[in-house]
Amino acid sequence: MTTIFGICAAILVGLGLYGLIIHPTPLRKILSFNILGSGIFLLFGVIARRGSVDVLAADPVPQALVITGIVVAFSATALGVALALRLNTADQDQENS
Amino acid sequence: MSIAPILFSTLAALVVVLAAFAVFGRRHFASVIGFVAFGLLLALVWMILSAPDVALTEAAVGGGVTGALLLCACARWREIQGVPQPPIVLRIAAAGLCAAVTVGLIIVVLSLPSPPPTLATTAWDSLDVTGMGNAVTAVLMAFRALDTMLEKVVLLLALIAVWSFGRDCVWGGRPDLMFLPQKNGPLTFLAKILIPVGVLAGIYLFWVGADKPGGAFAGGALIAAMGLLAIFSGLIRPPSIENLRLRWALVLGILVFLGVGFLGFAMVGDFLAYPSALAKPIIVVIEIAMTLSIAFTLFMLVVGPAEKKP
Repeated sequence: MTTIFGICAAILVGLGLYGLIIHPTPLRKILSFNILGSGIFLLFGVIARRGSVDVLAADPVPQALVITGIVVAFSATALGVALALRLNTADQDQENS
Repeated sequence: MSIAPILFSTLAALVVVLAAFAVFGRRHFASVIGFVAFGLLLALVWMILSAPDVALTEAAVGGGVTGALLLCACARWREIQGVPQPPIVLRIAAAGLCAAVTVGLIIVVLSLPSPPPTLATTAWDSLDVTGMGNAVTAVLMAFRALDTMLEKVVLLLALIAVWSFGRDCVWGGRPDLMFLPQKNGPLTFLAKILIPVGVLAGIYLFWVGADKPGGAFAGGALIAAMGLLAIFSGLIRPPSIENLRLRWALVLGILVFLGVGFLGFAMVGDFLAYPSALAKPIIVVIEIAMTLSIAFTLFMLVVGPAEKKP
């Protein structure tokens, strides 16, 4: 089970990285960046699951790191989106003038 | 042979297909819808990996609130003509690089050490000291409380940065989502029924987080989502970014966290150290303040910088 989702995570990282490099528009770059991040979080999840002991089904430390990571990734996304939208309006003003 | 490996492989394949759809989709809007579906399926994967707390956070923040943010961005985005597509050579080179990264990671996954290193035993043995039943909450709020506190600071810094992208002439005004909600439509009806239930569910998630899956992040995100629903359905307007009560709500989590941190010097002799008899009540107080601050910060991050004059 952990191997299947580990491979899944590796493919997500590759897909996200590809989108991040080739998309010319910032919004698509941000979306791809989120998929890249999800892949990395999933790797943490796989490692946490492998670290199970008798009393706990998974290692709680990587899981807590991922929860923190998801929220930080969201704030980075919000920052990126705000910056991209501001650039977008600036470009439009330039086109119109 | 059990059916589980087939189910897991199918789910993993679906997650990959949805991610590919989100990356390669031709239109922004379709990509974002693909991304939201991807987030929800990923939450299912987290459940299978015995991480219900992460699953709740992923569904609420990773798929839900991020999806709302990207959809709002799509609505405001105006396509600029004449953006060059990357040349085919670059595409092939990028594909090669990404394939290499994926293969490298697969090799790492296949050669992970066995028996795996784990901190689960240590966390479990110290769980009694905190009075918590949920090991993940104990790690977040007690063993690695400094990380959680600094993460609250990151959220607030991101919000300040987002606000600073607004134009100078509208500073202190209200954010505007750039679309007209349909008054008294089905969405308004849904919002009126769902919001009280959703807010209650958010409070429940935070409260139950001490012993069962849940916690401040998932609860706060759910409450933020209810606020967004109220805005999308036209029930409320986004608050002005100079609203003093709003600003207190945004910093409350960090203030309480820091206050408790410095109290630790007086009570136990170290920053963010809790006396074990009082650990649980202290953690609950921090979590109440944090849930409130997280809810408001996530909400304000989605609605964005001020757009209208105060």
